[in-house]
Amino acid sequence: MATMAMTNMFASDQLAAVGGLRPGEVTTGTTIMAVEFDGGVIIGADSRTTTGAYIANRVTDKLTKVTEHIYCCRSGSAADTQAIADIVKYHLDFNRMEMGEEPRVHTAANVFKEMCYDHRDSLSAGIIVAGWDKRGGGQVFSVPIGGMLQRGPFAIGGSGSTYLYGYVDAMFKPDMKQEDCLKFVSNAVALAISRDGSSGGIIRMAAITKNGVERFTLTGDQLPKFYEDN
Amino acid sequence: MSSIGTGYDLSASHFSPDGRVFQVEYAQKAVENSGTAIGIRGKDGVVMGVEKLVTSKLYEQGANKRLFNIDRHIGGAVAGLLADARTLVERAKEESSNYRFSYGSPIPLKHLTDRVSGYVHAYTLHSAVRPFGTSMIVASYDADGPEMFLIEPSGVSWGYYGCAIGKAKQQAKTEIEKLKMKDMSMKDLVKEVAKIIYMVHDEVKDKSFELEMSWVGEATDGKHQLVPKDVHVAAEKYAKESLEESDDSDEEEL
Repeated sequence: MATMAMTNMFASDQLAAVGGLRPGEVTTGTTIMAVEFDGGVIIGADSRTTTGAYIANRVTDKLTKVTEHIYCCRSGSAADTQAIADIVKYHLDFNRMEMGEEPRVHTAANVFKEMCYDHRDSLSAGIIVAGWDKRGGGQVFSVPIGGMLQRGPFAIGGSGSTYLYGYVDAMFKPDMKQEDCLKFVSNAVALAISRDGSSGGIIRMAAITKNGVERFTLTGDQLPKFYEDN
Repeated sequence: MSSIGTGYDLSASHFSPDGRVFQVEYAQKAVENSGTAIGIRGKDGVVMGVEKLVTSKLYEQGANKRLFNIDRHIGGAVAGLLADARTLVERAKEESSNYRFSYGSPIPLKHLTDRVSGYVHAYTLHSAVRPFGTSMIVASYDADGPEMFLIEPSGVSWGYYGCAIGKAKQQAKTEIEKLKMKDMSMKDLVKEVAKIIYMVHDEVKDKSFELEMSWVGEATDGKHQLVPKDVHVAAEKYAKESLEESDDSDEEEL
C-alpha cells in the first residue's frame, strides 16, 4: 500500500492506539501546511510517497484541487486521500450547479469532515482544506485523522509537522504579504524535510487568491538551507 | 365554473383542452378561502403577519398557529389548508436540516425555496395525489441581507419585496404597494403589517380573528421569531388607532 511518506513502527504503534489499525499496517508520513495571508492562502507540501522503505514517487503532488479556488493538502494513505478528494470534488461540483455559485471553503471543509468522520474506522487520512471565497477571503481548515474539523489562521499536518509546532508558533504573523508567507511555508517544510525521514523530495506550494491559483516548485537545489545542511 | 362536469378536473395528471390543470386551480381556490397572510421585506429584515380567523370560541387562544419556524434563520407564513401547510413546513424543516448537516452552514433561502417548490410541483403531476392547498411565504435574514419568497400550489416560486395571500390578497397588495418598504426598518414594518391585517379584515363575514406576527432580521440577530409581546401590542394599538382616525375623517367628508 502506497502511503505518503514512510512506514515506521513508532507511527503505526501510535495509530494503533488511536485509530485501531493493525500492528505493522502502513501509516501516515508527509509534511503539509497551509497559511492565511493578506489576500488569500499559501499551501505547501513535500513530495515523498513511499511503499514501506521504498520511495514510490519522489515528485508527488500532494496539493490537490477540489474547485477553482479550493485545494486540499493530503497526508496519510495515498489511495484513501485521492479517493476522498475525488468524492468531495464530485459533491462540490454538484453543490456549484445546485446553488449557482462557487462553493465556500467552509462548505468544502465540511464535506471532507463528513466523509472522514463517517468512515473514520476504515480511513487513514489527515487533510488540510484551504482556499479563497468571496464571503470569507482566504481560509484554512484542518481535518485530522478521526474527522475533527477546526479552522485556524494556519495548519500543519503529516508526520513532519511534529517538528514544526514550535517553529510555526514562533514565526507566524497574521496578514503577512504573499512573498513573506511563501518564505515562511518553504522554510517550515524544508526544516521538516531535514528532520523527518518520511518527508522529502521537493517543495510544492501554491498561492490561492481571488485571482486564482499560482503554483511554485522548489527543487532540491533551491531548498532553503539551515545550519545542519552545511 | 366551466370546468365542472367536463371530466378534465378529476385528476392533476390531465390537461383541459385549453391547456389548464383544474386540480391546481382548485388548490389555489383553497388558498383564497383562507385568512390573509402578508410579508414585507424591508432594508434590515422581513416581517410577516397573518389574519388567523377564529372559527369557534371554544379554541384556546393561540391554537392553530399559521406562522412557523423552519430553521433558526427562516420562518414561514401559510394560507390555505392548515394540515397541508404543516406537511409542507415539515418538509422545509427537513430540507434545512439536511443542508445544515451536509454543508455545515445555514441553507440559503433561495435554495430552500427551490427544493420545497420542486416538492410542491411534484404533487401537480400525478393522478394518485392532489396538489397542496397551501401557499407559503418564506422569509430569512443572513449575511446577504433579508429575503422573501412565495411558494404557490402550482409549484412556482418568486422572490418578493411584499406579498399577500389568502382572502384579501388583492386589497393587501394595494396597501403594501403604497409603502416605501426598501427604506423601512423591520421595527417600522411591524406597525404597517398590523395595520394592513386589521384593515383588510372583514368584520361582517368573519367575526373574530387573531393577529399573528413574526419577523427575522437585524433586530432579532438573524433569528426568526414571533414578534415580542410589547412590540405586538404597540403595533396592534397603532393599527387600531390609525384605522379609527381614517374612519373619522371618512365620516367628516360625508
